[in-house]
Amino acid sequence: MLESRALRRFLKNRAAVVSLGFIVFVALLGLLAPWIAPYSFDVQDIDRTLEPPSVDHWFGTDSLGRDLLSRVIYGARMSMAVGIFTAFISVLIGGLYGALSGWVGGWIDTLMMRLIDTLDAIPSLVLLILVGMVFTAYQPFESPELRALTGILFALSVVGWVSMARLVRGQVLQCRELLFVEGAVAMGASPIRIMGLHIAPNILGPIVVMLTFQIPSNILFESFLSFVGLGLQPPYSSWGVLANDGWRAKSSPHLIIFPGAALFFTMLAFNLFGDGLRDALDPKS
Amino acid sequence: MRSLSLTFIIRKFVEALVTLFVIATLTFVALRALPGGPFDSEKALPPEIKANIETRYGLNDPMHVQYVRYISGLVRGDWGESYKYVGRSVSDIIAETLPVSMQLGFLSLLMALAVGVPLGVLAASRHNSWVDTTAMLVAISGVALPSFIVGPVLVMIFSFGIPFSFLHGFLPPALWESWEYMILPVVTLGIRPAAILARMTRGAVLEAIRQDYVRTARAKGVAERNVLFSHVLRNSLIPVLTITGPLVAGLLSGSFIIEVIFAVPGIGKHLVASVTNRDYPLVLGLTLLYSAMLVVANLVVDIMYSVVDPRIRVEK
Repeated sequence: MLESRALRRFLKNRAAVVSLGFIVFVALLGLLAPWIAPYSFDVQDIDRTLEPPSVDHWFGTDSLGRDLLSRVIYGARMSMAVGIFTAFISVLIGGLYGALSGWVGGWIDTLMMRLIDTLDAIPSLVLLILVGMVFTAYQPFESPELRALTGILFALSVVGWVSMARLVRGQVLQCRELLFVEGAVAMGASPIRIMGLHIAPNILGPIVVMLTFQIPSNILFESFLSFVGLGLQPPYSSWGVLANDGWRAKSSPHLIIFPGAALFFTMLAFNLFGDGLRDALDPKS
Repeated sequence: MRSLSLTFIIRKFVEALVTLFVIATLTFVALRALPGGPFDSEKALPPEIKANIETRYGLNDPMHVQYVRYISGLVRGDWGESYKYVGRSVSDIIAETLPVSMQLGFLSLLMALAVGVPLGVLAASRHNSWVDTTAMLVAISGVALPSFIVGPVLVMIFSFGIPFSFLHGFLPPALWESWEYMILPVVTLGIRPAAILARMTRGAVLEAIRQDYVRTARAKGVAERNVLFSHVLRNSLIPVLTITGPLVAGLLSGSFIIEVIFAVPGIGKHLVASVTNRDYPLVLGLTLLYSAMLVVANLVVDIMYSVVDPRIRVEK
């Protein structure tokens, strides 16, 4: 089996395996945050503000006396959830769009690709800000925090699918020329059957690899927006929100070092893991 | 070949114009679809005054009239008047702040090229040695380092002297008055592209080293130095070139966070502010501007391909 060979190649890459372990660790931290975090993310202790790391507060406290370790753990919950959720949505949208475009071909394909070219011509951060703004305005939710959260989820999903669509279209174009696909067409299989049964398994590798790069990039975008105040709003805690708190406090380096380090190591792990996965699935590169 | 390139350039140029037109339309529609006008302030204005202001900016006209007015203004080079900065046109604001951002972006790109490409070549030429491993570890760390973490940390170290008090005030953190002010923002912005370039260059050089012409050159007894510089490097520049387009885009839109952190008087700070202020003309103008720069960057890269690599014929 090809899969087991790829798996063996992947397991030989120590950095990638360690990274995967770290990603799972962070994801578990986030998932189990309410049980793991020593304090709640919004409990304030006004007598102990801006304390450096101590035995009671391993990462110190912020300007409202909240425990930073707990906030970083809850930040993992938000950052990971946002990153993973939006990446999957963009795979879904991009996959369908790209598959349709690549399979149908002709002027529909040209038109669909033109739209993608146009979206690509807007720098993604600008597009994110615009889309986020529109979606934050149109929402059923009353609370501004919830509006901001769904707004950013929408924006990230809408912006991320473009590159995925391009990838899937290219792969489908390559695949439809292959003999077994031609055979399936000749036997009268429906396009949906061909897509799901014959093409999808063959193009899964590159899609998974792209997914592993999409997740950290979405986490980064979310932090980016939250940092400038266009993303999540306090009291929600994401790493970007925390970095912004740290930046505003200026005199207490621990406030930016810890969330920054959490973000850095997570980005690093995703990158190393993605590289390892790509090398394992595609020995040529 | 020459005429072919010319038609190619013209076609690409027309395509770019169409793209920008579509972007202008989409942005226009998106912004007008937003509830709440630009003059809904927290203190309610008397209705007569509000009506006056809205008439002044033509906000009460039917949507298609506003659209036609906007697009025809764009063509004539009149990008409208800012809602927030009364009496100032969008073109004025751009003309005033763009040069600073361009300077920031250009210096960062230079830094990225000056650091990234040699690092990549070095790593590839000592493939699988500790030099390679270290260089790539540095590079991937650079990719993983968000600028909004690096920036504040640098500010804390160099301008507040935390925790290295002897560095207090060593490099001024804000404004853009002389070269000392530029170092921190440029470095912060340049780290990520430098790291990406290093990784790309290494990959491209390793690819080129495996080619037959390199083996031939070595077999002919060409010195290793010359093999590397005149045979390998020239051919590995092409994939590196492809990444520069997207890289320029990253520098453009990435710069706004740097400008916020270091109080650089560039165009980026207007991007966030214009969105929160609902300053529609400014948002539209900036979106178009950023997109135009990205489109031009990609166009230049496309054209440079055909110059660097004669094998790539630009016709499609």
